Amino acid sequence: MHRVDLFPTHEYQGLKLRQGRPYPFGATVVGNMVNFSVYSRYATDCTLVLFHNREEKPFVEIPFFKEFRLGNVFSMIIFDLDYENIEYGFRMDGPFQPEEGHRFDKSKILLDPYAKLIVGRDVWGQQPNWDSLYQYRARVVFGDFDWEDDLPLETPVNDLVVYEMHVRNFTCGSAANVKHPGTFAGIVEKIPYLLELGVNCVELMPIHEFDEFENHRISPVDGRELYNLWGYSNVGFFAPKAAYASSGRFAMQVDELKNLVKRLHANGIAVILDVVFNRTAEGNEQGPYISYRGIDNKTYYMLTPDGYYYNFSGCGNTLNCNNPNVREMIVESLRYWVTDYHIDGFRFDLAAILGRDQNGNPMSNPPLLESLAHDPILGKTKLIAEAWDAGGLYQVGSFPSWGRWAEWNGKFRDSMRRFLKSDEQVLADVKERIIGSPDLYASQKRGIKASVNFITAHDGFTMMDLVSYNGKHNEANGEDNRDGENHNNSWNCGCEGETDDPEINRLRHQQVKNAITMLMVSQGIPMVLSGDEMGNSQQGNNNAYCQDNEIAWLDWNNLEKNADIFRYFKQIIKFRRQHKVLRYEDHLQQCDYLGLGYPDFSWHGMKAWQPESGCNNLTVAFMLDGQYAATDGVPDDFIYVAINMHWETHCFEPPQLPESMAWHVFANTGMPSPDDIFEPGKEPIIENQHEVLVGPRSIIILVGRAAL
Amino acid sequence: MNIESYKLGERLDSFNYQEVRNDILAILEKGCSAVLDMTACNYISSTGLRVLLYSKKMAASKELKLYLVGLNADVKDIMNVTGFDLFFDSFCTMDECLQAIKN
Repeated sequence: MHRVDLFPTHEYQGLKLRQGRPYPFGATVVGNMVNFSVYSRYATDCTLVLFHNREEKPFVEIPFFKEFRLGNVFSMIIFDLDYENIEYGFRMDGPFQPEEGHRFDKSKILLDPYAKLIVGRDVWGQQPNWDSLYQYRARVVFGDFDWEDDLPLETPVNDLVVYEMHVRNFTCGSAANVKHPGTFAGIVEKIPYLLELGVNCVELMPIHEFDEFENHRISPVDGRELYNLWGYSNVGFFAPKAAYASSGRFAMQVDELKNLVKRLHANGIAVILDVVFNRTAEGNEQGPYISYRGIDNKTYYMLTPDGYYYNFSGCGNTLNCNNPNVREMIVESLRYWVTDYHIDGFRFDLAAILGRDQNGNPMSNPPLLESLAHDPILGKTKLIAEAWDAGGLYQVGSFPSWGRWAEWNGKFRDSMRRFLKSDEQVLADVKERIIGSPDLYASQKRGIKASVNFITAHDGFTMMDLVSYNGKHNEANGEDNRDGENHNNSWNCGCEGETDDPEINRLRHQQVKNAITMLMVSQGIPMVLSGDEMGNSQQGNNNAYCQDNEIAWLDWNNLEKNADIFRYFKQIIKFRRQHKVLRYEDHLQQCDYLGLGYPDFSWHGMKAWQPESGCNNLTVAFMLDGQYAATDGVPDDFIYVAINMHWETHCFEPPQLPESMAWHVFANTGMPSPDDIFEPGKEPIIENQHEVLVGPRSIIILVGRAAL
Repeated sequence: MNIESYKLGERLDSFNYQEVRNDILAILEKGCSAVLDMTACNYISSTGLRVLLYSKKMAASKELKLYLVGLNADVKDIMNVTGFDLFFDSFCTMDECLQAIKN
């Protein structure tokens, strides 16, 4: 049967119209009709503005008639619209009373907050028409895509090895050797590389539409153009960044991103999106009208009692996340990315903000976070919080989780960095981090899976810079080196920056291997910063948010230059993925609860079973019993790790293995390549089963299995 | 197998998709597989991509085939980066296509 209510009731300048459906918000294609719907609590009138593609002047502006408003929603159906060739926006009328929180201005043409396809910044770095009245332009999306049998992968969270990457940085650099540098298609070309490295999850830094020209300027230091490269500043929460698609000039970014996800999934690689729901690109009182400010300022932003923008994000404004309507928009956005793009998980930037009430106060049970934890569509989606914000709220270990949320474990980063540089005051903390931070997560029964471990991330030094610089070198950012983190816990190994000194370079490589080893043998979800596996440097810049150039781009020549590092990363990742005993979901009991003769996990010192037998709090050893981590009845191996962050060699005594088993050496970071690491499963047996020498600032990993 | 070829113009987009789609469906309705000669086509839009895939699926539902011939570099690239290439058998020339069908 055909519906009887789908005939035009109105006509306006040749277009046939009728009252729309208030829900869903945004532009929705229904047969030969497009339904436009927009919510504004405080607007008095609304006009739909239609353009032919890329034209400056609209061809029609259609007022929402009185009968087209239901509650606080304006909705309208237009019949027979050639929607591939139109762009749309809204004009909102209402009070301009900033002190009351209202900033309506009907001279502005506003982007739909629910726009799923946005054009206007289609080719990266191509100057837009700055005089255009409508800069970021919504189009009606083609929502259909043939996914065949693809679905989100639902990889167990404890099995993930996450690779944090940036779409442009990954393939724009020298020797990337791809047809479409800096795009989703470029990543597709590099899937064989990701498989070789062995990661099974990519975490894409923001891919929602943003404006690379936001705060665009010339560096006073080196004269280069500085862009908003990282994109932590949303223009739209439902649309992919057009300029990240090689097909963006044809507005095909939606299909190109879906194709990337589909192809990654086909290769067993999950996709996590870094999402920024704490702020928008509209800035503070001086910022531009893009969308939310003009659609319903008081709804979308946290405002002071006198109408100014709260700035818990450090970037000018704060999205009003726990307003019920904004909350609904965020939930809808996440559902959309999971439903329509098959996204596997989200990492929430400055997520502590999501737990603040409308006055900025932290809540004990934030409704947004609870909604996301219990959402039916997001039920198997990874939810990862950056559990702090720029307003001083630090919730690592206490982020409201409902058993669903994991956290970027900033304490793991800090402790491991300090230990790596031989800080004698941090061993007790390091031991907590190695076993999945039970001090943070055990009491709430959140398990090891709550801890996303990392030593480097996009914020801060790369791993090679962590061992090459004592201080940050952000002068090229043009802020007199004031920006970026000051407390890096880094050590340059004897010389600041690049050097020809072979001993310093050898030590740096060793320290990089130490760092990735500590990450991969710790319980929790390891996250690797893209480029660390090839010794990528940012020349000491620890805040390369604006450096769309070789400072931030991966230099693929490093793959050859630092071949030993890449080889080490590949093997240690493979090792982790082969050993279930390194990937527990819940915290270890550290006792022989199965009566197997060994505890599931045990601490040791330089003497077996004597954890206190160390040197200057710079040595530690531990053993995992693979009998507790059997797969289909087949136990995993024993794994013994001896860490010596002292500057002298020490002798370690590994525990006695069950009869018929023997220790084999998998890794020794103190050895030159290729003897620093072996193919997992093909480790050579060690001659002396009772003691091993661990060199200065070295880590040894032994595998206990049947002696052949 | 009965085969009929169909030659596309310079563009396949929302301005001409209905005509192209109807022409292809008419071929399929006759029980013929379709070979689309795209040698002249130098632009394909999102609508155009969907016309091709829709036609391919309609052909499959009738146990018929749909082949593409003569994709230029730009069109081929767009199909590749959007993943639509995965669904089609495509050939450089009509002869090559016919030979492949024959074999």
